[in-house]
Amino acid sequence: MDIFAQQLVNGLVLGSVYALVALGYTLVYGILELINFAHGETTMMGSMIALAVIGALFGVAPDLPGILIVLAGLLVAIPACMLLGYSIERVAYRPLRHAPRLAPLITAIGMSIVLQNVAMLIWGKQYIAFPTTLLPQGRHDVFGASITDVQIAILVLTVTIMAGLVTLVNRTRLGRAMRATAQAPAVAQLMGVNVNRVISATFVIGAALAAIAGVMVSANYGQAHYYMGFLLGLKAFSAAVLGGIGNLAGAMLGGLLLGVIEALGAGYIGDLTGGFLGSNYQDIFAFLVLILVLTLKPSGLLGSRSVERA
Amino acid sequence: MKSTLLALSVAMAVGLGVSACGEKKTEAAAGENGAVTVKIGQSSPLTGPQAHIGKDNDNGVRLAIDEINASKPVIDGKPVTFEVMSEDDQADPKTATIVAQRMIDEGIVGVIGHLNSGATIPASKVYSDNNIPQISPSATAIKYTDQGFKTAFRVMTNDAQQGKVLGAYAAKLGKKVAIIDDQTAYGQGLAAEVEKAAKAAGAEVVAVEHTNDKASDFTAILTSIKGKAPDVVFFGGMDPQAAPIAKQMHQLGMTAQLLGGDGMQTPKFIELAAADAEGAIASIPGLPIDKMPKGADFKQKFEAKYGQIQLYSPYAYDAAYVMVDAMKRANSTDPAKYLPELGKTSFEGVTGKISFDAKGDLTSGPITLYKVQAGQWTTLETILPQ
Repeated sequence: MDIFAQQLVNGLVLGSVYALVALGYTLVYGILELINFAHGETTMMGSMIALAVIGALFGVAPDLPGILIVLAGLLVAIPACMLLGYSIERVAYRPLRHAPRLAPLITAIGMSIVLQNVAMLIWGKQYIAFPTTLLPQGRHDVFGASITDVQIAILVLTVTIMAGLVTLVNRTRLGRAMRATAQAPAVAQLMGVNVNRVISATFVIGAALAAIAGVMVSANYGQAHYYMGFLLGLKAFSAAVLGGIGNLAGAMLGGLLLGVIEALGAGYIGDLTGGFLGSNYQDIFAFLVLILVLTLKPSGLLGSRSVERA
Repeated sequence: MKSTLLALSVAMAVGLGVSACGEKKTEAAAGENGAVTVKIGQSSPLTGPQAHIGKDNDNGVRLAIDEINASKPVIDGKPVTFEVMSEDDQADPKTATIVAQRMIDEGIVGVIGHLNSGATIPASKVYSDNNIPQISPSATAIKYTDQGFKTAFRVMTNDAQQGKVLGAYAAKLGKKVAIIDDQTAYGQGLAAEVEKAAKAAGAEVVAVEHTNDKASDFTAILTSIKGKAPDVVFFGGMDPQAAPIAKQMHQLGMTAQLLGGDGMQTPKFIELAAADAEGAIASIPGLPIDKMPKGADFKQKFEAKYGQIQLYSPYAYDAAYVMVDAMKRANSTDPAKYLPELGKTSFEGVTGKISFDAKGDLTSGPITLYKVQAGQWTTLETILPQ
């Protein structure tokens, strides 16, 4: 039983990171019907920038409380990524807004490669260590499962951010403008919504989430690398599709579900199949579920909005 | 339309010219006063997660070649200048064969590489087909020298030799052993040998799990392993995965001893895993750098030029020397002529005495076990394989 509880915790922690990144994909898709493949790299950039700040600050003032240093890293990474998100949209997507849909998809992939290489040039090819001693290292037992302070922080932060985002989209003026733009950009514009600004805001919000997710990942695993955004982005994108891309609740559900499926799949597949299939099928398991869901319900678990726009 | 045609034909002509240049063998590009430039290939991952280890190999070869050039070698009566042609194989089997062919087309007379067994093995066929001698400084998979290629050599103890020692050692540490590998030729090969040797030594292998060389979350497989309460967890793979494994074992409250091979025995492992690295044990073929006959000297020279030694640079350095040594004895830089001499190598390198058996493996390869103590890899013991 405690093994099951532990796998559930493993999956939820992994899944909340997926969910946070998936929100960025879904936000942009919901409004532009564009898959921002550079989003995984924005996450990586957030992690790298935060680490650079943390490293520098730790070198200058090692006596500062660790949590403050990490917070400073996060507070630099968030605006930096917001700026990055804004620039990506301005440079790679806005000029192509009325181009055939394949064109922005290709610039998105191009942007992702460019960002990876820029990060490699700035920070090198090596893995960069996150000074984990800065954060509390406590470990707690919950129902027989072990969970660290950092992991608790990840779960709490993710839930808070999701709640905040839902409030933003459903309760604020900007949120209403976002929903209007998603439904019909031309009509929204006629009603006085500044569509360009709304789209920029969407990218900026997504990038801020990515920055937070990036810092979480490196704090949890103790390392960052210029390539880390690729697989994370792919998994998060799958999570968004699983939940129903364009749907906020769907991205959260998809992320958490994907994390839990991965953990349970990897943990139990060997025992369930009598050793015939091993944990090397961890990723296959997750994608199998994705294929299944898409076959039975192509719009994803919570996706209902039928996309038909001229 | 006409201008497009013109542009096209110009482009084609240029393309032909370029490929014609590519065909030209620069093997014995004689300069003034009969001086010859000889190209030696080096291939390892220079981008991607293992780039730091790949660059380390590159630096080892460059250090050796710079020294050899400074000594103004004369082969067959002509002064020879060696040139390193370094190619990025991205630790990828397909890319490895492509860069192998590219280097051969550029006229290399021998190659030091590749770093990973997964890249070394497919590339070795390309070198063998073109009769280009290959010395891998770090590929440890048994298959590499087991394919019957006359051109394949290595200056590193192979997985069978290393796995035997590690498996026996794991059995000595505890009765129950769990094994994780990263599904690369290196990781899987080593893990398989460890499994065999541990069982032979009377230990019970309670779990065999697999991950990949890009993963960073291992909590699921570690939790499943934890349920089987092993005394030892062996990991066959490289440091970017070994470090989070060490970390996540502590997060999950596991007390089993973490044991690994040479891919984990790096300064980067300690840097990445920080406090969680403490107590981990890993082996490295050969002697510790401070116990190598010329280790202190090498360390000083290397660090003055390139900074900290990551992993295999002493072996890459020796491999380059061994290759040039064979050329000197054959009095020729022609692969066909110096290849037989390579097999007869008896060289006192930085890493110890190097001589090859009929397959191209080291005849004697000591293996040293290290443990992380107070944030440093400290020598536990050196074991000679039987």
